Amino acid sequence: MSETAQLKRTAVQIRRDIVRMVHAVQSGHPGGSLGCADIFTALYFEHMDLKGTSFNLNGEGEDLFFLSNGHISPVWYATLARKGFFEVSELNTFRKINSRLQGHPATEEGLEGIRIASGSLGQGLSAASGAALTKKLNNDDKLVYVLMGDGEQQEGQIWEAAMFAAHHKIDNLIGIIDWNNRQIDGDVEDIMSLNDLRAKYESFGWDVLEMNGNDMVEVLKVLKKAKAAAGHQKPIMILAKTEMGQGVDFMMRSHAWHGIAPSDDQLEQALLQLEETLGDY
Amino acid sequence: MDLIVEKTGEKDTRSGFGEGLAELGKENPNVVALCADLTGSLKMNAFADAFPERFFQTGIAEANMMGVAAGLTIGGKIPFTGTFANFSTGRVYDQIRQSIAYSGKNVKICASHAGLTLGEDGATHQILEDLGMMKMLPNMTVINPCDFNQTKAATKAIAKMEGPVYLRFGRPKVPVFTPENQDFEIGKARHLKSGKDVTIIATGHLVWKAIEAEAQLREAGIDAEIINIHTIKPLDESAIIESVKKTGCVVTAEEHQMNGGLGESVAQCTARNWPVPQEFVGVNDSFGESGKPAELMTKYGIDTANVVEAAKKAVNRKSK
Repeated sequence: MSETAQLKRTAVQIRRDIVRMVHAVQSGHPGGSLGCADIFTALYFEHMDLKGTSFNLNGEGEDLFFLSNGHISPVWYATLARKGFFEVSELNTFRKINSRLQGHPATEEGLEGIRIASGSLGQGLSAASGAALTKKLNNDDKLVYVLMGDGEQQEGQIWEAAMFAAHHKIDNLIGIIDWNNRQIDGDVEDIMSLNDLRAKYESFGWDVLEMNGNDMVEVLKVLKKAKAAAGHQKPIMILAKTEMGQGVDFMMRSHAWHGIAPSDDQLEQALLQLEETLGDY
Repeated sequence: MDLIVEKTGEKDTRSGFGEGLAELGKENPNVVALCADLTGSLKMNAFADAFPERFFQTGIAEANMMGVAAGLTIGGKIPFTGTFANFSTGRVYDQIRQSIAYSGKNVKICASHAGLTLGEDGATHQILEDLGMMKMLPNMTVINPCDFNQTKAATKAIAKMEGPVYLRFGRPKVPVFTPENQDFEIGKARHLKSGKDVTIIATGHLVWKAIEAEAQLREAGIDAEIINIHTIKPLDESAIIESVKKTGCVVTAEEHQMNGGLGESVAQCTARNWPVPQEFVGVNDSFGESGKPAELMTKYGIDTANVVEAAKKAVNRKSK
């Protein structure tokens, strides 16, 4: 099997995990999680330079990943578990009492892979900028990645951070925006238009790339391009066009599945579309 | 025990922070600093000039500054953020709550121009709610030193502890009366004078007012015990309990709203352990206004006379 085919199979299993996790506790955010499964798979299973799966909070000598739009925690947890940071069976505790898998990512219980809490939106780009500065101070040539939502771009702090990262030439920082054009209340363009997002970041002093975030081949190619662009005095932003709910037909093409859980019947329907490739937990 | 303080001069507490930070820069290469366009006001120039590669100007963007500081800890840096107390707390509460306190990040939030003594800028800048906001956050240590020497010592001490800290200081020149190069033990009350009739517990700029009040009380025949609480959280409960067991009443004094401040923390401590009458010297549920620091302290009831009056009232409330 080709490498890409294997990554696609991993992404399908992560999608299965997402809908099963959200169904089991009847709460959580499946839509954005499904839409980002390919990006997470590409980052963790192929692209990022990680020191194995022995998690170290300081992450010296390895690439770091931050999730700013913490509500898509299911895709992150499933990715981390499938990668081997913790037991896949722990996905069964998602959002339940006494779990390390909080509704939104948290560090308190020491879940491997999480370096800062997120959920209240707009804060991840700042934290990633700080972590990238520390890498520079430590002469650590590895990179810092941060994923944000498109609706999240409405938060003012994002633009403070965008100005800061460009001003301080934080060129070991690669941002990715999940541009699915959906947010809780509707389409992003109807709720609060982002207008020309590429021009916005470019005018702030960033290198901007675009990709189809649901095409594994293109995701890998653009991530590689972003890595090559690092170290050239500018932070890099990838605008990733995705489909909320990708992989489950009735969850796609709408904002409806941002934050609701499937019923038993809907779960069955969803799982019919998502092959069990790596074995369910 | 006699009063063990001696006034040696007048200096602003923010300069104590600036000196402490500059010394930290020399002693610890992991100390980094961030400032939101107030480098001069925060007295951070010495650090910024000596260690430009470890100083990050954030511009007028405090929310981002808190997030960047949180990120800088990942990889072992010890960030000190600097801006006015209002912009260090109220403006960025959610950023501190999620990215720093909940995430347990080793960020030192250093806040100048706290309280009414900011003076002429008026109520928009005179935050009187910051201690309350910060002490409510789990994981947060809250410190409000009383003079230049203590602020400098506190600045150096917080770099040695792991975890988020809110360090509050002020703008005006105030009496210097604690020793140079003192040991600063976080969470440990300082006894300035023992006494048997009333315990006066003060923090920040009000410690000097308490010392002034003590002399007047002595003339009125009241023997006051004076405790400087520089650490609001964690509170030195045993020092408080031990003192009120002896004196039977307490006065708290702070440049802060009565709601949510040191007085409330002390009341919670005594209510649980050894209930005694308590009088509160603090701002009574109002905003400040423009004026000279001394005028404002008088008008808003946080002056020496208010401490004296409160102590007399507390003594009178003790069961005879």
